[in-house]
Amino acid sequence: MIKLDAKIPEGSLAEKWTKYKSSVDLVAPNNKRKLEVIVVGTGLAGASAAASLAELGYRVKAYTFHDSPRRAHSIAAQGGINAAKNYQNDGDSVFRLFYDTVKGGDYRSREANVHRLAEVSANIIDQCVAQGVPFAREYGGTLANRSFGGVQVSRTFYARGQTGQQLLIGAYQALSRQISLGNVEMFNRHEMLDVVMVDGKARGIIARNLLTGEIESHAAHCVVLATGGYGNVYYLSTNAMNSNVSAAWRASKKGAAMANPCFCQIHPTCIPVSGTYQSKLTLMSESLRNDGRVWVPLKKEDVEAIRKGAKKPTDIPESDRDYYLERKYPAFGNLVPRDVASRAAKEVCDEGRGVNKTGLAVFLDFSEAIMRYGKAEASSLGENPEDEKLVRSLGTKAVEAKYGNLFEIYEKITGDNPYRTPMRIYPAIHYTMGGLWVDYNLETTLPGLFAIGEANFSDHGANRLGASALMQGLADGYFVLPYTIGSFLSKEIKTETISTDLPEFKQAREQVRERLDSLMNIQGDRSVESFHRELGLILWDYCGMSRNADGLKKGRKLLKELKEEFYKNVFIPGKTNEFNPELEKATRVADFFELGELMMVDALHREESCGGHFREEHQTEDNEARRDDENFTYVAAWEWKNEGDPVLHKEPLKFKNVELKTRSYK
Amino acid sequence: MNLKLKIWRQAGRKTKGQFQTYSLEATPEMSFLEMLDVLNEKIIEDKGEPVAFEHDCREGICGSCSMVINGQAHGPMGMTTTCQLHMRHFKDGDTIVIEPFRARAFPVLKDLVVDRSSFDRIIQAGGYISVNTGQAPDGNSILVNQDDSKEAFDAAACIGCGACVAACPNASAMLFASAKVAHLAFLPQGKVERQKRVGRMVAQMDKEGFGNCSNTYACEAECPKGISVDNIAKMNREYFSSSVGSQKD
Amino acid sequence: MSWITNFLTSSLGKKLIMSLTGLFLIVFLVVHLAGNLQLLYDDNGVAFNTYAHFMGENELIQFLSFGLYAFILLHIIQGLVIWVLNRRARGVGYAVSNRKSNSFASRQMALLGLLIFFFLAVHMGDFWYKVKFTDQLTMVPIEGLDGELVKDLHARVSTAFSEWWIVVIYLLGLLALSLHLWHGFQSAFQTLGLNHKKYTPVIKTLGRLYAVLIPLGFATIPLYFYFIK
Repeated sequence: MIKLDAKIPEGSLAEKWTKYKSSVDLVAPNNKRKLEVIVVGTGLAGASAAASLAELGYRVKAYTFHDSPRRAHSIAAQGGINAAKNYQNDGDSVFRLFYDTVKGGDYRSREANVHRLAEVSANIIDQCVAQGVPFAREYGGTLANRSFGGVQVSRTFYARGQTGQQLLIGAYQALSRQISLGNVEMFNRHEMLDVVMVDGKARGIIARNLLTGEIESHAAHCVVLATGGYGNVYYLSTNAMNSNVSAAWRASKKGAAMANPCFCQIHPTCIPVSGTYQSKLTLMSESLRNDGRVWVPLKKEDVEAIRKGAKKPTDIPESDRDYYLERKYPAFGNLVPRDVASRAAKEVCDEGRGVNKTGLAVFLDFSEAIMRYGKAEASSLGENPEDEKLVRSLGTKAVEAKYGNLFEIYEKITGDNPYRTPMRIYPAIHYTMGGLWVDYNLETTLPGLFAIGEANFSDHGANRLGASALMQGLADGYFVLPYTIGSFLSKEIKTETISTDLPEFKQAREQVRERLDSLMNIQGDRSVESFHRELGLILWDYCGMSRNADGLKKGRKLLKELKEEFYKNVFIPGKTNEFNPELEKATRVADFFELGELMMVDALHREESCGGHFREEHQTEDNEARRDDENFTYVAAWEWKNEGDPVLHKEPLKFKNVELKTRSYK
Repeated sequence: MNLKLKIWRQAGRKTKGQFQTYSLEATPEMSFLEMLDVLNEKIIEDKGEPVAFEHDCREGICGSCSMVINGQAHGPMGMTTTCQLHMRHFKDGDTIVIEPFRARAFPVLKDLVVDRSSFDRIIQAGGYISVNTGQAPDGNSILVNQDDSKEAFDAAACIGCGACVAACPNASAMLFASAKVAHLAFLPQGKVERQKRVGRMVAQMDKEGFGNCSNTYACEAECPKGISVDNIAKMNREYFSSSVGSQKD
Repeated sequence: MSWITNFLTSSLGKKLIMSLTGLFLIVFLVVHLAGNLQLLYDDNGVAFNTYAHFMGENELIQFLSFGLYAFILLHIIQGLVIWVLNRRARGVGYAVSNRKSNSFASRQMALLGLLIFFFLAVHMGDFWYKVKFTDQLTMVPIEGLDGELVKDLHARVSTAFSEWWIVVIYLLGLLALSLHLWHGFQSAFQTLGLNHKKYTPVIKTLGRLYAVLIPLGFATIPLYFYFIK
């Protein structure tokens, strides 16, 4: 039976982390050398944790299913990383970052964790600069900032449109250094298939060597999961193709609670789906909404004409365009938060006003911005601001300087030139706020099993703010876990090296082997991919941007049926004991089925709308989300029991430092 | 559009490979990898063994793609990874030859999948700044000239895909190694260790069995991120000064 | 190994040797051309034979010439070693090779070098060997040297270039040299790390001019003798 204890330290909010750090049990250097830590995943959180733990003296084993730790999907983050540095002297502070994050998360995150995150955010920037991350600079050589995601201060640090890449390479290099020093043993092309519990503590993992297919046991004194989010349950998402939930899901099957699984973030500006073969979606940075105006035609006949190609978007006169975000939310306009912008796009498309063949796209138009920048530029150059051709060309240059690389990506994928014709965009799954439940130590409900980065649920509540994912991943890895892991390991200094000969390992290995064999032996007629695609559609339709009780019940039923068919009719070519990407996919999709079900259960139970979770039953007259603070100010931590009859545990959330308000962007 | 695909099939590292020909119906909106997905779906339908190829982010940044398309790493479009290449750049009736990256230091593991761990070992040899977590001074205490920062970023944009090695007639890893050397040497933080770094990275690069650079600049031409060969000259300079110019052995 | 052997056997060190010897040979070509252009003087070979005699007798020049031979050999041997290593580094070749990403000259430096080597063998066999080790050349008195008898290399050149096939061999050899230099000139600077946003374009242009003008200058000699003399 799970008992949730968040282990939040005593004291005032601002003192908790400082006090904790000076009172948490330490492990002496000579003992650290005897203690082994397994880190699964080498994205921002995993690589930074593995490197930092190794620097402290622990013996670290790190695992990635990629061919190199440099390829994790953290690399694809574009926009930036927040930090409460207040370099711009614009009134930013640790408290303000904390406050923005809690409010942005629609009051469904834990105050103490978020405050800690804001506190260490500044150290992350220092650390990354020292590692050689080439952040943007001002003329004087100081670090540059930009504002992001509609907050009122400029606290986002960035490296062009490739911030995630540069931060990950920084962490990868720190990890590489520890590998060369012999402090980290690196296992590339290894996928974790189970966590091994010995006497109630996580003591190792079962991993499959993806090259040879061998099922291997790896032991340590504790295990850290840095295995990312589960957005790929929707099949089409901005996640990388191989991102999956299996490591976290295996842990939850062993008894780790899964928290708020229905909290998924849908990003409003992605390139829309163009065909049935489509494998993934590409994000266009949120920063585009600073200058792009979102619209659809007012008239149905214009919509039809555009879909057929009879009319171009530029043929629609201003008076026949509906700039719906500006119309509905005059205060914030095109800059409303992600969840609001996404839902609004869905609404207009549901009305039949979507602007591509599938009817699932809206325009993001830069023509006004091009003219505006062009005019300003022309005036400053002393040229005639009424000369349309000149203004357009100057404006195009100005927009190119700001968004050049994003426009290039867009043109590469769609073949359309966004300087001349508006972009087509549509919301897509981007990030998952839910994840393994962890306490203040980042330890799951399984002793000795830690979860960091997107894999845990902790800091973003029901909605994540822009440029906060990178911050949380690195905060956990560099500055939080290296302290908090001591709370567990300080009690393990007398524990001898864990042997993989223990019966628990043998048993776990056998179970994994049986599971793989049973999948291989189905030898049905359908490819794994086709199941995944169908599973994704069910989730998108019934547990996507907006949800209702009937849909969730129906979705759950469809999902169960599909799962049954999967276990009867999936076809996996090849063998288990060889390099077999189809088998890898199959194990991941099998776990997505169960997770998907849990997401629906969670979404159904949460009778309120908050952040990324919008229940149609719970909205105001003008279709805005209605939170129920009285009944749902808690973390829903689910215990996966009896295969499909999960048990709910509640961690009440207490807000002592912020006042719960209704988000309004009108 | 109808395509004829000639794809390199090789069961494992030590087995012999050969080309196999497939014909496939594709559409112009597909990405190149989605075209391969469709092929694999078809192969699986016929209970065959799908073509193994490495891929992950499919947005041109993870560096997983490792195929040579009609003789060019990442295919015919400049500044584009295979995953960002779209079928509209091909014509109906085209024959497309798909091979793995070829280099002794990148042995083929299966079909189009190669082992690029040699790149990791080059970085492990010295492609980092030795700073432990927590030791960093305030970010703004290290001022970086905007131009240097730009140069450093241009070099740091490398995605480690190995197209430079694949494109180089000598299978040389100079562009990859030099991009890291240059990225760190342009920054004040990286200057402290620059001599040791370049020496160790070059030694490791040679040990892995990459070829010598003969300045054909095919690497730059086929690099999907436009990494400049100026970095190679910079690495040469760094190397000579660290070896001939340094007081140490 | 000491740092020096470590350095010279590293991939970058090997390339440095190619670059330095190459640059030396580039300088040599200018000197060689300047001397040989005296063949074009219409003075019955007096100036050229005087020059050739000087070059053959002066001890400092003799000493330098050994350095030149050594550098040529080093350039060739090192080039071959690198070529072999580079073939091996590729392993299995591509079924389709791409010719768009680099130039013919840069890809075929080894082949061009080999052609130049064969040309050099013919060239040296024809003149250098005959002057140094045989008595085939007639002796002529030179007024400026108080009537001293010297070998009439001018006449030998004149005879050789009256044969059309020797002229063709020379022209082909010089074409190979031109292509070799087309890539080699700026490549030597790149290998030395002498790269600069402002000056590299100048070096590139200079290299191309050099690669065309120097072989062209040499080519005037056989053409002059074949067509005009």
